[in-house]
Amino acid sequence: MAIIEAGIPFPPRQAGDRSAQAMAVLVLCAVLLLVMIIASLTVGASGTSLLQSLFAWASGEPIGLREKVILFDIRAPRTLLGALVGASLAVSGAVMQGLFRNPLADPGLVGVSAGAGLGAIMAIVLGGMLPPAFAVLTGMYTVPIAAFAGGWLSTILLYRVATRKGRTSVAVMLLAGIALGALTGAIAGVMVYMADDNQLRDLTFWGLGSLAGATWTKLFVAGPLIVLALATTPFLARGLDALTLGEATAGHLGIPVQRMKNVAILTVAGATGAAVAVSGGIGFVGIVVPHLLRLSIGPSHRYLLPISALLGAAFLLGADMISRTIVAPSELPIGIVTATIGGPFFLYVLLRNRGLLDM
Amino acid sequence: MLNATDIELSIGKAPILHNVEFQAQSGQLTAIVGPNGSGKTTLLKAMTGDLPYKGIVTLDGTDVQAIPAPSLAARRAVLPQAAGLAFPFTVLEVVRLGLTAGLGAQDSSLPQRALAHVGLAGYEGRLYHALSGGEQQRCQLARVLVQVWEPTRNGKASWLFLDEPVSALDIGHQLEVMTIARRFADAGGGVIAVMHDLNLTSMFADSILLMNSGRTVVQGNAQTVLSDEYLSRAYGCRVRVNVAPLHIQDAPYILPHMADLI
Repeated sequence: MAIIEAGIPFPPRQAGDRSAQAMAVLVLCAVLLLVMIIASLTVGASGTSLLQSLFAWASGEPIGLREKVILFDIRAPRTLLGALVGASLAVSGAVMQGLFRNPLADPGLVGVSAGAGLGAIMAIVLGGMLPPAFAVLTGMYTVPIAAFAGGWLSTILLYRVATRKGRTSVAVMLLAGIALGALTGAIAGVMVYMADDNQLRDLTFWGLGSLAGATWTKLFVAGPLIVLALATTPFLARGLDALTLGEATAGHLGIPVQRMKNVAILTVAGATGAAVAVSGGIGFVGIVVPHLLRLSIGPSHRYLLPISALLGAAFLLGADMISRTIVAPSELPIGIVTATIGGPFFLYVLLRNRGLLDM
Repeated sequence: MLNATDIELSIGKAPILHNVEFQAQSGQLTAIVGPNGSGKTTLLKAMTGDLPYKGIVTLDGTDVQAIPAPSLAARRAVLPQAAGLAFPFTVLEVVRLGLTAGLGAQDSSLPQRALAHVGLAGYEGRLYHALSGGEQQRCQLARVLVQVWEPTRNGKASWLFLDEPVSALDIGHQLEVMTIARRFADAGGGVIAVMHDLNLTSMFADSILLMNSGRTVVQGNAQTVLSDEYLSRAYGCRVRVNVAPLHIQDAPYILPHMADLI
């Protein structure tokens, strides 16, 4: 629909076939992401004309040291990390909605992010108490791996609680998410109580939900996990589509349902865990992006998952640019920006889908 | 040939099926009938693997549980009683879900042909959610037909398992859907259908399994199974079986008695 409204003529090849539309939206989102990446590299509080510097660098001309530092040591890792985190948040939302067969499922809403967050907090606090040899062994990977484990455990727990005989109760899912959030919050509180001053600084910084701490090291730590999680999605698409008809029917269509569900849960946990580990709690991307896309290209996961990744990345880069320019030279945590957009949007989705809650 | 031997099944602690025996031949339409709660759908769900059971179900001599899911999906499609949809797919997108299931190259025009078959030509672009119950049922049937389009493939029969395929349909569409099933069987495929309407069953089925309280009452052709005695016993009411005057095959037809229940 969005394409038609945008004035691009689109003769449907076949009624009911939205794949041409989806391809157009895919191209559109890819272009949007590219624009956002360039903007994110060049827009900021520094005041210098980085766009010129960027083009100068791209055409092989020498650029100043200051510009070089801002572009490559600050903006580049932040932009790449922002794109990866945005992609993983949007994709984990879309996968989770497919898995739970419900457009209201989102890692941030149902406690998966909180579980991943608890994993990260425990790694920061308890990691400091481990013997140094162990800390060296796991090194910088401790926090993302712990966040992944936390996300994985909470997704499994949630799925077990909310799904009976292949049907997921939305009410149970959301309520279980509240319980899970309260429990993880309590344990997180204990961790904060146990933390020393240094760790407290780490925790506060991390808990704000921000891309401000982006470094190449963080990128190398979280990047592989995110890329791995995103790489599973082409294999999930057909299974999630079939799952729309219910677990039994998906099985009759030849889908190895249990294996597919396990992979989907690992994907959600990996993507959410890595994103939470490096950026804290950034909410609502996983609800807003897939929902907007379903309105324009339909729910087929073959297109929904890759385009969610592109649009999620572009969306988070946009939110990040708002967060670092709106109160410049200071920064507004990005979680506030996404929640300001996402909160009302979620209410709107909720009101439109009120019937689903009675299931 | 599909063979179910000594099927026992409990849901929770409640026993639902007791030593049920059931056979269905390819090239035939086999119906499962019986009163509400007699275990018809449960038997079908056991045979499709949706419910765990004791006993053995074989397809052409192979235990169905030993057949990998993708190869089973290429040979056997299942139409559930009701199919809700979690997301707003179009009719064409729903039917195409069947296309990806079978093994081997498939003709991408099949969904449209299947939709025309079930009387839904021109519905491709509609949202599944916006269809009536009967239209949704026929849309699902089209998906199932796409999955096992050829009644026989490489010399082996394809199978359709239909759970009350006509329950939400008007009489015109009931006949249409039963005729599709009949033709599938006549072309060498196997059809197993859970049925409520005894007269439709009588008109279309080659073999009928009559169930009551999770047990087999009798399995045989219409003339054998649809008798006053068997039906009265299974359904707990008096019925009278007659022979359809206008029907060339002398198929029995059933009239329920008013009042005096036994």
